[in-house]
Amino acid sequence: MNILASMSRKPWIWSFVAAFAVWIATILFTGGASTIGLSQAALTFAAFSILVGIGQMFVITLGPGNIDLCVPATMTLAGTVALKFMQVDNSLILPGLVVAIAVGVAVGIGNYALIKLLQIPPIIATLSMSFVVQSTAIWTNRGLRIKPPEALATFTTETTLGIPNVAFVALILSVFAFVLLQKAVYGRWIAAIGQSIRAARMAGIPVDGTRFVTYVLCSVLAAVCGYLLASFSGGAALNMGSEYLLMSIAVVVIGGTAVAGGSSNVAGIWGASLFMFLVVSMLNTYGASAGIRLIMTGLIIIAVIVVAGGRDPNQR
Amino acid sequence: MKKVLSSDTIRLLIPALSLTILLISVFYLQPRAMSYSGLNLLFNLAVPIALATIAQMLIMTVNDLDLSMGTFVSFVACVAATFLQVTPLIGVLVLAAAIAIYAALGVLIHVRNLPSIVVTLGMSFVWGGLAVLILPAPGGQAPEWARAVMISRPPFVPMAIIACILIAMVSHFVIMRSSFGVILRGVGGNTRSVERAGWSILGARAATYALAAFFAILAGISLVGLTTSADANIALRYTLLSIAGVILGGGEFTGGRVSPIGAVIGALTLTLAGSFLSFLRISPDWQIGAQGAILIVVLGLRLLLNRLENRGKRS
Repeated sequence: MNILASMSRKPWIWSFVAAFAVWIATILFTGGASTIGLSQAALTFAAFSILVGIGQMFVITLGPGNIDLCVPATMTLAGTVALKFMQVDNSLILPGLVVAIAVGVAVGIGNYALIKLLQIPPIIATLSMSFVVQSTAIWTNRGLRIKPPEALATFTTETTLGIPNVAFVALILSVFAFVLLQKAVYGRWIAAIGQSIRAARMAGIPVDGTRFVTYVLCSVLAAVCGYLLASFSGGAALNMGSEYLLMSIAVVVIGGTAVAGGSSNVAGIWGASLFMFLVVSMLNTYGASAGIRLIMTGLIIIAVIVVAGGRDPNQR
Repeated sequence: MKKVLSSDTIRLLIPALSLTILLISVFYLQPRAMSYSGLNLLFNLAVPIALATIAQMLIMTVNDLDLSMGTFVSFVACVAATFLQVTPLIGVLVLAAAIAIYAALGVLIHVRNLPSIVVTLGMSFVWGGLAVLILPAPGGQAPEWARAVMISRPPFVPMAIIACILIAMVSHFVIMRSSFGVILRGVGGNTRSVERAGWSILGARAATYALAAFFAILAGISLVGLTTSADANIALRYTLLSIAGVILGGGEFTGGRVSPIGAVIGALTLTLAGSFLSFLRISPDWQIGAQGAILIVVLGLRLLLNRLENRGKRS
């Protein structure tokens, strides 16, 4: 663990330093007026990116070419189906969560079935799958905006002890992911597969099983995120996942996970998610237009990867 | 049988076959499509998609991936509908600058050894932002010449088909027949050996990116020629469509194995899939999904044929 920590220390700290700097810059501009509001909003929105980011991180750790492009479609479908199932009924909240998770499991199984059975590169497999899933979501949704159950909507929008509830959910799942990565044999396995799939296979690691679990895990996390996001924003919308495709990849990479696979970093995802939200809100407070905001976001992503990247000469 | 079909031919056979089957089914469902204007309507939108697919294919030749293709084509469309129409000189300068930026990206990715996915991901925000700055609301007007080219009606063969054949031939020549193309594919296949042979990898990457930008610019201009006005989000789905087109056409993510003709056919197949489904009266809800399904079926077929091919080799 020490080796891994020292290896990934640099990017890990980077994302937090950057997030903190942006936070300070925003607070200074507003004269400290919105400190609490800004922090809470940042934690809330970062929580959603963290959920999908963790799933994406597991997949990216599997090595080059492993990316789940199905994340936004899964979020939409899970959100839609779960809200439809719950029918604004408070007693169905937990079964609704189970339904969302089931959607995630189904999508994950579908993804890996395509990758394995048809030997399609993961990017294309998850891409084709996302078309199918998106269509299913459109078909289920029918343009209706179903409201979430009252208690669930309150839970996702309220705070406990000043910290948004969704941030707690993200924290619990992050700790779980951290333990899984650092303490469980499964974490060693995905890192090994990411570093060299052939070596992993020769070492007797169940490569197929591990990859299968990873894709299912990613879809399930996306589904849970979709469930929460739909409840948070007062109903599932068909485009609700769209920005999370790029976001999930961006937070993983900025957070210091090696894009070439084999090394992952949970804490960095928190820093990166907070950073990504804070940059947008900083530019908002400075009164930048939508165009400028997008350009700055892009340039910052590139700047971060130029500064933090290229540390491993074997990495492409 | 073994000797007659090289693996490259087989690679091309499947996309060609799936396109033919799709086309026949469309004609069967809607015989009126079997006419000059019918074909033109079917394949009109394929022209910009084919160009974008070629651009993506170039990037994939050197083992990279461009996730900003859709936003870049949208950006070009916005430039074409504004600057290029009002003040052509500035328009050309802006587009030339865009090509230079792409070349610089290639250099940056190579020198700093960065993952292209992330860099182009960042660039997709930048292009999107620039497009929004240029055209905050949908509008603008296509340059007359672009419009004229896209709606022209040459005798016998519809414009869309001629354009696609032309694109396929030009890119086939550049990638498969020219020495430049060989270097490109070499970079994708084995960077080190190309380097040892004395070629500049840096130069090759920069040139690839610049050429890809050029094709993407053509895609943007032809798109505006068809739609007459632009919008900052006009071509967002091109990113995924172009990747799917390359794969559908027999290209691979790594190893410099690509096929320009296949890529154009792949783009045509994806476009036709949409029309096919509307002829089948499938609800629009399922259109995207069915495109995904077609993608899966074609890739499944390819696996099957590859297996047969390997079995033939072994025996």
